[in-house]
Amino acid sequence: MSELTELSAAEAVAEIRAGEVSARELFEAYRERATDDELNAYTWVADGPPTEMPAASTPLAGVPVAVKDLFCTEGIPSQAGSRILEGYRPPYTATVVAGLQDAGATLLGKTNQDEFAMGSSNENSAFGPVRNPWDRERVPGGSSGGSAAAVAGGSAPWAIGTDTGGSIRQPASLCGIVGLKPTYGACSRYGMIAFASSLDQAGPFARDVTDAALLFAQMTGRDWRDSTSTGLPEPIELPTAEDLRGIRLGVPADLLGDAGEDGTGIEPGVRASFEAALQLAEGLGATIETCSLPHAPHALSAYYLIAPAEASANLARYDGVRYGLRVAGDRSLEEMYSRTRGEGFGAEVKRRIMLGTYALASGYYDAYYGTALKVRTKIAEDFRAAFAEVDFIVTPTAPTTAFELGAKTADPLAMYLNDYLAVPMSLAGIPAISIPSGLSNGLPVGFQLAGPAFSEGRILNAAHALERAIGFDGSAVRAGSGVHGA
Amino acid sequence: MLERAQVVHVARLARLELDESELERMAGELSSVLGHIDRIRELDLTGVEPTASTAAAPDAEASTGAVMRADEPVPGLTQEQALAEAPEPVDGSFGVPSPGPVE
Repeated sequence: MSELTELSAAEAVAEIRAGEVSARELFEAYRERATDDELNAYTWVADGPPTEMPAASTPLAGVPVAVKDLFCTEGIPSQAGSRILEGYRPPYTATVVAGLQDAGATLLGKTNQDEFAMGSSNENSAFGPVRNPWDRERVPGGSSGGSAAAVAGGSAPWAIGTDTGGSIRQPASLCGIVGLKPTYGACSRYGMIAFASSLDQAGPFARDVTDAALLFAQMTGRDWRDSTSTGLPEPIELPTAEDLRGIRLGVPADLLGDAGEDGTGIEPGVRASFEAALQLAEGLGATIETCSLPHAPHALSAYYLIAPAEASANLARYDGVRYGLRVAGDRSLEEMYSRTRGEGFGAEVKRRIMLGTYALASGYYDAYYGTALKVRTKIAEDFRAAFAEVDFIVTPTAPTTAFELGAKTADPLAMYLNDYLAVPMSLAGIPAISIPSGLSNGLPVGFQLAGPAFSEGRILNAAHALERAIGFDGSAVRAGSGVHGA
Repeated sequence: MLERAQVVHVARLARLELDESELERMAGELSSVLGHIDRIRELDLTGVEPTASTAAAPDAEASTGAVMRADEPVPGLTQEQALAEAPEPVDGSFGVPSPGPVE
């Protein structure tokens, strides 16, 4: 059984088609691992394989996928990590999930996450924190912590998550796997329980860039049910690049200042791993240049106005009326709303709703939300200008490796700072990937590559070439999770 | 520093019931975050247009066709499906407590 889960998803597809591997047996092998998962990565696991497995000729050939809980899956709990949606079973399925199933993916389980995608450590879930398979006393990152832990811990071959301000890339970095946030609009948001509508994007987690591309290719497309979706101008093909000749990589000095300056604490081990990856990139033929993103240091501030503002509007629907938790009793309608929301939302969600409501309130709107939207314009302009000079912008994905559970929960600001390298790309709507660049004190470090809008194909190729040179091996950690394993 | 009264007002706007300890903590936490965020107000953003969304602009030629779907009815939820998760379905509608007297 354990050998089946050693196969990458792409290998599994090939072996299923060659008749060497049974898709049903592969599903069962993963399902057992998911059921025995000790990382709390799952909030729901399938109780068996589908009655009818997809045909081997489909693009994904029946290979199972783990899905972040905020993707609506008809008839299956979709709780977005929140007590206010505990037990909620949607009457429809998210477009991205339906698309994957049409392409031959099978639903393995729903993964744990920070509540309503708000968090960078998966400690904000109403269903308990998720643990990092590299060190179970540490966080996997967030908000897609469950999806990342499942892939890194070997209980899912691949998974999908969402990234609003780093929620795919940062957990990918902390768990030593690949995570991609696409161009805003590449994937449909229909059926994705919303956090911040101008930022949320679905994306893949995988153990390598080839698998990420294979999964991502089946996630994109214009959807009439999401008017912000555009799909991609060209289909995604599996990456083949083995060098970076002619590629110019831009290192943004504005974001990578001296450690400790203004709270931008990039751990020395993370910086060292980043520099080593840059050297490998040069060895592959890339040129490294400094680039300027003058407004990027303000991205975090703008993000923590825009995202909570949008969240305060999106989460207004959780009022105990049509679905989810209702705190009942002999109360007026308004009291029912306030009690339900007061009891159903966790502390971080309440904080962000409050922040967002304040930023949009009469008298504060222009000073806060309005200003943040202008900063966003400047950040997008900075990236466009930089991409006239370089092909990709590169940074460490996160300033630190996985921190201990509870280490950053006392101060919300300390937690928010985890995302400062990821958030500029989110605000600009541009795609970015995180690939493992190595270890620091035994914990994974992520390398982020960002490109202009719709450059996912080129990003995947560059990442593929660099990944080969880095040679990161997460197989031992994959084998270690669950009772069944090597 | 946010005044308690401001926090109470915002909580009311957000229809969020916060207990006393939450109110106290919230004032401090919001003040801390806003203190950090405040720096963007020092930037010179004269003449900068706001960007609410980075969604690709509709194709100029396609005009309204680009973001609007065809005006054709498509199946929606049945009443039964829509009420399936309702805390208090009443005669095919969503039952709720009375709003109470107007203040």
